[in-house]
Amino acid sequence: MDKIKDQPFIDRVDGVQKVTGTAKYSAEYDFPGMVYGVLATSNVTKGTITAMDTKPAENAPGVLAVITHLNCPELPGYKNLPDQSKLADIKKGYRVFYDNIVRFNGQPIAIVVADTFERATYAASLIKAAYAKETFNTDIDVAEKSGKALEGNNFKEYVRGEANAWKNAAVKIEAEYKMPIEVHNPMEIHAITVNWESDTKLTMYEKTQALSSTQQSVMRAFGLKQENIRIITQFIGGAFGSAFNTWPHSMAALMAGKKVGKPLKLMITRNQMFNLVGYRPQAIQKMSMGASADGKLVGITHDATAMTASYNEFTEGIVNASRSLYNCPNVNTTYKVYPLDLSQPTWMRGPGETTGAFALESAMDELAYAAKIDPIEFRLLNYAETDLEDKKPYSSKFLKECYQLGADKIKWSARNPEPRSMKEGDWLIGYGTGSGIFSAWRGAAKVGARLLPDGSLILASGVTDMGPGTATAMTQLASETLGLHPRDIKFEMGDTNLPPGPMQGGSGTTSTLGTAVHNVCQSIKKKLADLVKDNPMFHTEIVHEVKVDDLLFENGFMMLKTDKSKKISYADVIKNAGLKEIELQEDSPGNPMANHSAFSYAVHFVKVMVHSRTGVVKIARCVSAVDAGKIVNQKTAESQIVGAVVGGIGMSLMEEGIIDHRYGRWVNNNFADYHVAVNADVPEIEVLFVNKPDPVLNPMGSKGMGEVGIVGFAAAVCNAIFHATGKRIREIPVTPDKLI
Amino acid sequence: MDNNCKNEGRRDFLKKSTALAALAVASPALVKAGENDEKIAALFEKIPLNIEVNGKAFSLSVEPRTTLLDFIREQLHLFGTKKGCDYGQCGACTVHVDGERINSCLSLAVMNEGKKITTIEGLANGEELHPMQKAFIKHDGFQCGYCTPGQIMSAVACINEGHANSRDEVREFMSGNICRCGAYPNIVDAIMQTKKEGSTHD
Repeated sequence: MDKIKDQPFIDRVDGVQKVTGTAKYSAEYDFPGMVYGVLATSNVTKGTITAMDTKPAENAPGVLAVITHLNCPELPGYKNLPDQSKLADIKKGYRVFYDNIVRFNGQPIAIVVADTFERATYAASLIKAAYAKETFNTDIDVAEKSGKALEGNNFKEYVRGEANAWKNAAVKIEAEYKMPIEVHNPMEIHAITVNWESDTKLTMYEKTQALSSTQQSVMRAFGLKQENIRIITQFIGGAFGSAFNTWPHSMAALMAGKKVGKPLKLMITRNQMFNLVGYRPQAIQKMSMGASADGKLVGITHDATAMTASYNEFTEGIVNASRSLYNCPNVNTTYKVYPLDLSQPTWMRGPGETTGAFALESAMDELAYAAKIDPIEFRLLNYAETDLEDKKPYSSKFLKECYQLGADKIKWSARNPEPRSMKEGDWLIGYGTGSGIFSAWRGAAKVGARLLPDGSLILASGVTDMGPGTATAMTQLASETLGLHPRDIKFEMGDTNLPPGPMQGGSGTTSTLGTAVHNVCQSIKKKLADLVKDNPMFHTEIVHEVKVDDLLFENGFMMLKTDKSKKISYADVIKNAGLKEIELQEDSPGNPMANHSAFSYAVHFVKVMVHSRTGVVKIARCVSAVDAGKIVNQKTAESQIVGAVVGGIGMSLMEEGIIDHRYGRWVNNNFADYHVAVNADVPEIEVLFVNKPDPVLNPMGSKGMGEVGIVGFAAAVCNAIFHATGKRIREIPVTPDKLI
Repeated sequence: MDNNCKNEGRRDFLKKSTALAALAVASPALVKAGENDEKIAALFEKIPLNIEVNGKAFSLSVEPRTTLLDFIREQLHLFGTKKGCDYGQCGACTVHVDGERINSCLSLAVMNEGKKITTIEGLANGEELHPMQKAFIKHDGFQCGYCTPGQIMSAVACINEGHANSRDEVREFMSGNICRCGAYPNIVDAIMQTKKEGSTHD
C-alpha cells in the first residue's frame, strides 16, 4: 500500500473505469428498442390546467405515447392517498400528473415518448396547455412581511438559560446575514432508464443515493412486490443531496415505460436541474450576540427565516450549530419557514449547518473584532468541553487541534490584525477563519462476504457512491482488517439484489458501512481460525488449539504470532477444509450513541485578495484543518475536503439562484448564468487532518467528512474580505458590486 | 464547414427536398396520412453521414438536428462522452475532431462529414492507458467521474495546443470543463505531470 505523509491509501478501485469512459451512469444502459421520454413543463407559476392539446405531439413522427394528468395511469399509490380535500396544501404533496394543479413554474405537465431523443424533444415542444392562472408569491421578503410561517414541532423556539441575554453583555453585535437559493448541480444530469419486464416486474437504472428508499417509494406508488423491483445504480455522477428523493421525472418515466412496454430512457435537462431535483433554500438570519469584556460569550440569539414549497414542509437544522459549537450559557433560537410558489428544496451538502454556520461564524468574527480579541483566541476562550445542548460528553473532539494546525500552517499570527492593513500592489490582502461542525453517526447496514478458493474476497452491499470513493474505502478497510492485497478484493455495490446497504449521504456512509465491513472481516478471521484450530502446524508444546488471537493475518496468509514461519494461505485453508468458499453475511446494527455527542469539525483559513478598484475577490489560499476521526484513505479523504472547499468558493463568491418574482420563473437556470467555481477560480487547497480515532462511534475510529468540509467556509471568506477591506459583507455571494 | 460537405450528400439531400416539395403540393389528405408514415418521415428526416470515430469508419444516416454528442452516445453507443448541459457550458462532452477539442453538444453530427473523431474510448492504446488517464488516477483528478472523460480529452488537447506551460495557464485553459466535485487542483497536478513526462499524442 502506498503512503502519503505516512498515511496509507490505495488509488480508487474504479479509477480505470472512470478514466476510460466505461463507468456506467443511469442513462448509459442499452436495450434493443430503447425509447426516449421528454417532459413538457408549465409556463405559469400557479393555477390549474383548464385544457390541453396533445394531438400535434401524438401525431408527430415516432411518438408512441403522451401522458398528462388527463390520461395518467391509475397508480395504487395515487388511489390510496388520504382525502386530499381535508388536507392543508403543505400536506398534500405533489405527485406528477395526479391532478391539474400547477404549483410551480416549470412543473411537468406531460411526458412524451418517442423512438428517438430528437423526435421526443420536438414532440414535447408541441404540447399546449391553457391555464386558469392564480396570483402567486415566490419572494421570501414578501412572505416574511405578509405571509404566514409554518407551524408545528419543527418550529418551536429553543431556549437555554436566559433568552436574549446578549442584550446585557458588555460587548454586543446585531447583524443580518442573507444567502440565496443554491443549487446542487452535479455534473451528471438526473437520468433514469426503466425496463418493465412485465406489468408487475421491472429493473430500473436510477440516479439515487438511497437504493432502499427508492425501492420503497416505487413499490408503494405502483403497488409492486419489493422483490420485483430491481434498482441498479453502478455510478452516480455527483449528487450532493439531490438524489435522495424519487423525483417527479422518475415517476413519469416509470409510468411511461410501463405504458409503452418498451425500455425507456429519460434524462432531464440542465434547466430542469434547477427546479425538479431540489436546491438549498434561501435564508435570512439575524444573529444577536454578546460577550463579556474579557471575551466570554454571554448570549447567542439566532433567528432564522427560510423558505420551502407550498406542497412540501422542508426543514433543516439551520440554527443547530449556534446551540452546540460554543460554550455559551444562554442561547435562544427561532426558525421560521415560509411556503412559496416554487418547487421544493431538499438536502444539500452540509444541510442546515452550512447555512447556519455562515451566519454564526460571521457573527463570531464581528464579535471578536468588537471585543478586540483575535478571532481564533476568541473561539478558544469559548471552547465547549461538553455538548451543552445534549448535556453529554463528546465521543471525541479535536477542534482545538484544528485551530492550531490551521493557524500554524497559514501563519495566522503573522498577519496584521488591523483591517485594510495588508496590500500587494492594487490588491488588498485579508485572512479569515470560520469553523464547521456536523453530526457524526452510525446507522445499520448489511454486507455480504465471500472468501473464494483462490483466497480472494468479494464484498457486497446495496450502497451507491456519488463520488467520495466508498468502494475504495471499503476495499482498503477490508485489506487492512483481513490482511489481503487490495487487488484481491472486489467490492460489489449499487444493486438492490445485494444485501441492503446504507444510503450514501449525511456523512455516515463510511462509519455505517465500514463497521459492517470491519465486522464481517473479523468474522471471516474467526472462521479461518476455527478451520485451522486442529492443524498441528500451529500447535506448540503448550497450545493444542489455536485461536484467532494467536494468529496474524497478512498478505493472504495466517501465521502464528509467535512464529511467523508457521503459516498457511487462506486458499489452502479453504481447500484443506474441503469447502467451496467461505460465505458470510454481517448484520451490523447502528450505534445509538446514548451517552455521547458526536461531531466532526473543520476549521477553514482563507487568504483573499480584493482588487481595490474593481472589487474582484480572488481566493489566494485555503487551509482546512479537519477532525474527522481516523482517516480511512488519505488520498480520497483529501479530495473530499478539497471538493467541499471548492463548493464553498462557489457558495461564497458566485452561486446565486435568481427567480424573477414577476413571473415566478428562473432567470439563470444554466451554467452560463448560474456560476459555479471553475479551475481558474480555485487556488491550492491544503487539507490537514488531526487523524485521531474516535473511540466510541465505530471500530475504525472514523467520523464523517463529506459535509463538514463546506460548513463555515463562506464565513471564512467573508471574514477574510472584512480583514482585507474593512467592509463587512453579510450577503453572499460576494460579487464585485458589493465591494465598490 | 461547407467545403467538407461531400457532393454525394448534397445531391442526396436535394433529391429528398424535391420529394418534400412534391408532397407539399399533393392533396391535404395525402400529407395528413404521410405525417405518421415512418418511411416517409425517415426519408425526410435523415441524411447520410460518413465519419470516422476512434479509427473506425461509419457510413450511416442521421437526422440533421442530431448533435454530435447525441449521435456518439445514442447511435454509436459510446457513453464515455457525457452530457452535462447540452449548451456548451460545461465541457463534459469534449471530444477531439481532427485532433482539436470541441464541445460535441454544440456541433451537429452532419457538420462532421469526413472528419476524424476521438472520444475517451479511443484514447487508450488497448489495455495500455494514455499517460493522461494514468495521471488522473495517480493524482485523484476526479471523484464522481462524470466530467472526467471531458476533462481528460480537454487536458490532452490543452497540452497539444501549447497551453500547459504553467499551473496558471492550465487553470485558465481548463476552465471550460466544470468539475462540481471540485477536483481542480488534482486535475492541474495530473496535467503538469503529463506535460513534464511528454508524449501526449492521441
